[in-house]
Amino acid sequence: MKRLYEAVIGLEVHLQLETETKAFCGCSTEFGKSPNSHTCPVCLGFPGSLPVLNEKAFLYSIKVALALNCKIQDTIKFDRKNYYYPDLPKNFQISQFDMPLSYDGFVDVISGGREAGKRVHIKRVHLEEDAGKLIHPSCASYSLVDFNRAGMPLLEIVTEPDINSPEEAYNYLTALKSILQYLRVSDCDMEKGSLRCDANISVRRAGEKELGVKVEIKNMNSFRWVREALSFEIGRQTSLAEAGERIIQETRLWDAQKFVTVSMRSKEEAHDYRYFPEPDLVPFIVDKKIIEDIRKALPELPDARADRFVKDYGLSEYDARVLTGQVDLADYFDECARIYANKKTLANWINGDMAAQMNARNVNILGLGIEPKDLAELLKMIDDQSISGKIAKDVLAEMIETKKRAGEIVSSKGLSQISDKGEIEKAVLDVLAKNERSVSDYKGGKKTAITFLVGQVMKQTRGKANPAMVNDMLKKHLGE
Amino acid sequence: MNKGASVLSKEKRGKLYGIPVLVKDNICVKGEETTCASRILKGFKPPYDATVIKRLKDEGAVLIGKSNMDEFAFGSSCETSCYGPTRNPWDTDRIPGGSSGGSAAAVASDQTILALGSDTGGSIRQPASLCGVVGLKPTYGRVSRYGLIAFASSLDQIGPITKDVTDAALVMNVIAGYDEMDSTCVDMPVPDYTKSLVKDVKGLRIGVPKEYFIEGIDTEVEAGVRGSIDLLRDLGARIVEITLPHTQYAVSTYYIVAPAEASSNLARFDGVQYGFRAQDAKDLVDMYIKTRSKGFGNEAKRRVLLGTYCLCAGYYDAYYLKAQKVRTKIKEDFDRAFKLCDLIATPTTPTPAFRIGEKTLDPLSMYLSDIFTISANLAGLPAISIPCGFSKNSLPIGLHMLAKPFDEETLLRAAYTFEQNTDYHKRKPGL
Repeated sequence: MKRLYEAVIGLEVHLQLETETKAFCGCSTEFGKSPNSHTCPVCLGFPGSLPVLNEKAFLYSIKVALALNCKIQDTIKFDRKNYYYPDLPKNFQISQFDMPLSYDGFVDVISGGREAGKRVHIKRVHLEEDAGKLIHPSCASYSLVDFNRAGMPLLEIVTEPDINSPEEAYNYLTALKSILQYLRVSDCDMEKGSLRCDANISVRRAGEKELGVKVEIKNMNSFRWVREALSFEIGRQTSLAEAGERIIQETRLWDAQKFVTVSMRSKEEAHDYRYFPEPDLVPFIVDKKIIEDIRKALPELPDARADRFVKDYGLSEYDARVLTGQVDLADYFDECARIYANKKTLANWINGDMAAQMNARNVNILGLGIEPKDLAELLKMIDDQSISGKIAKDVLAEMIETKKRAGEIVSSKGLSQISDKGEIEKAVLDVLAKNERSVSDYKGGKKTAITFLVGQVMKQTRGKANPAMVNDMLKKHLGE
Repeated sequence: MNKGASVLSKEKRGKLYGIPVLVKDNICVKGEETTCASRILKGFKPPYDATVIKRLKDEGAVLIGKSNMDEFAFGSSCETSCYGPTRNPWDTDRIPGGSSGGSAAAVASDQTILALGSDTGGSIRQPASLCGVVGLKPTYGRVSRYGLIAFASSLDQIGPITKDVTDAALVMNVIAGYDEMDSTCVDMPVPDYTKSLVKDVKGLRIGVPKEYFIEGIDTEVEAGVRGSIDLLRDLGARIVEITLPHTQYAVSTYYIVAPAEASSNLARFDGVQYGFRAQDAKDLVDMYIKTRSKGFGNEAKRRVLLGTYCLCAGYYDAYYLKAQKVRTKIKEDFDRAFKLCDLIATPTTPTPAFRIGEKTLDPLSMYLSDIFTISANLAGLPAISIPCGFSKNSLPIGLHMLAKPFDEETLLRAAYTFEQNTDYHKRKPGL
């Protein structure tokens, strides 16, 4: 059935840049320190204090802008966004209004293969300062403010309304996050608030050119919530439209407990931010050479890397996408690939057993603490038949647990694969003697009985027997 | 305030060793109450020194106290202070000018050797003129604003108020120069300003703008200033008539740009972190409203309202943006004029000091007190006011001179030459 209504979605991502010091003062940006310990007259907005732009924050911004294929503004200027809130020390935010530092870029969102991909256009990327954090002690008649976050460099990345479904939004965010992590400008940790996302969404009759009334959704603390909130909102707006009711321009909050969006403020209550050029920061012209140097130094980004993994390592498109989705994982794979020849095996292990361990422990590849050379050692032991693949799985788990090397674990636990013909033959004869029923089943034509017998031999050798040899030996003694 | 300037060996003594300095109450001094003469900052002790204060301390100056001012430097009479008005030492029924009125009155009445002021539209030069002392507003970007509680960031500049031109040069040698804490401070070498104290104006081209000798200017002021220009001519300067055609728009331009910036600069005074907080608030918005209603005086409220209005969506283009364009025109007037002359001479104020209370009910006529000084701020130019005569009532009259950006040297040279050929600066009020 053809859908009658389509959604038009634009996303705004706020990214905390991982500079050592804040955007306009020398305070540390370290996370999780005691309240107000990383503050100074400037980020507290004390009378008489003045901002000075952190060069690194600016250079990081340019790096992001270039990676998102944006144009860079010739002249950089900042503006004041005026509004009152206790977490905003000056009651204005230094931001960029009519001249964002970059504009007109795009992100190619490739999921489910290149053909299914989509280009999401980036409207603007601008630099601003973060606000502090309000803390509301329970049952208290007051609130507290922690200004450690105030003045942290924040990059706002705004898309054009190019996105048409919650799934596309999710995929865009995943692709964007992947690029940002490759640039190593932010840890992109949504739980810490270093990456935040707001959405603008409207619905219109399919095929219509004009945009519907826009609703802004805030308070979505994970990509999953973005997807859920958008799904809910599309449903809500579509039902209103179908019922011929008016959709109001407003800001709504996502309630992750109730799975609904709720109205926060209407357009009439919207702020007039009274933007004007920040007189304390002098506009400056960007040296073209600096931009070119940053462009040249951009790392290989996820798409290019996936292509290389397919081309150079012979991996499937799927494996390559999974491995390059996360920069640490991709780096890890590259490092392993340098010292281990069978790339397909490597991909299977990393995307299989190691991925399972990462999920179980909720860490990324580095969190497993397995050096590439140690993984290579383990895989080489399978290749030269020192251990079986099955034993290798246990050894890997043990390596992660104890941080011991594969060789050490195998020798200390006596896990070396038995490839000695005489030893295997002894076990095979023993098993055949004890399982006459299966032997006769097999001989009677039930060929699957051999699986049971292999299992018994493996059991007897505590999994150490070379399975291929066991198989051959059994067949030989069963008279084939 | 400078807990005992210790006795140092001669080599270690700074350039202003032992010199008492008074500081306008909008310049932060670490640990000393700094209030901008406003209730809203009562009790505020800055945790840091303004850059100029640091430089003064490093050179051995003795900070003896804070001086009165118009609240947040909003005024030309020193009457809007929450501490009450400062009086003019030459006639205590009259205002000393503003906003740095306390600094100028204290220097004129020998309560200090020198004082720091700040000048956003004439706040150093106008009170200097009305109190018969020297007031210098440096080029925008010559002196660091770090630690100056901002009124209008793109216009504010700290400068000296002194008894004579030599002292002004000595202070400039200490406070001028690049500061990495102020992005608008220009990284340019600082000359030794005492080298400009030369008794010679021969060949100097002094421009006299016809737009500055307007109807309504006090006849004694006009006579005093014209006489001074004649003296400079007699001393060898060449007098050139110039035109600054956009002068008539300066006051209106200023009263859009300055309040707009002020409305944003003053937003931080909300009772959350420091200073005054209303105690009887029932919620956050109520706290904001009560704190600001009780904390700010009328003139501060007037300017915040004016500025907020000018920046509102729908009015921004018509007011703020337009004003910025006119500001550029005014700047261009000066660029053209300075092709024909090295200095521009005008009166500092249209009248000598007026009476306390005379203009408090008429903000517009109060705003016109700065009509001759405002353009220097809009264009970012250095300007000086020096004593150049007295009215029949023994009220001081000031000669105002402007120079090209960063050409304080020519300004000081002409002022010094004039001073050395007159004795107005030596006269003392009969307190």
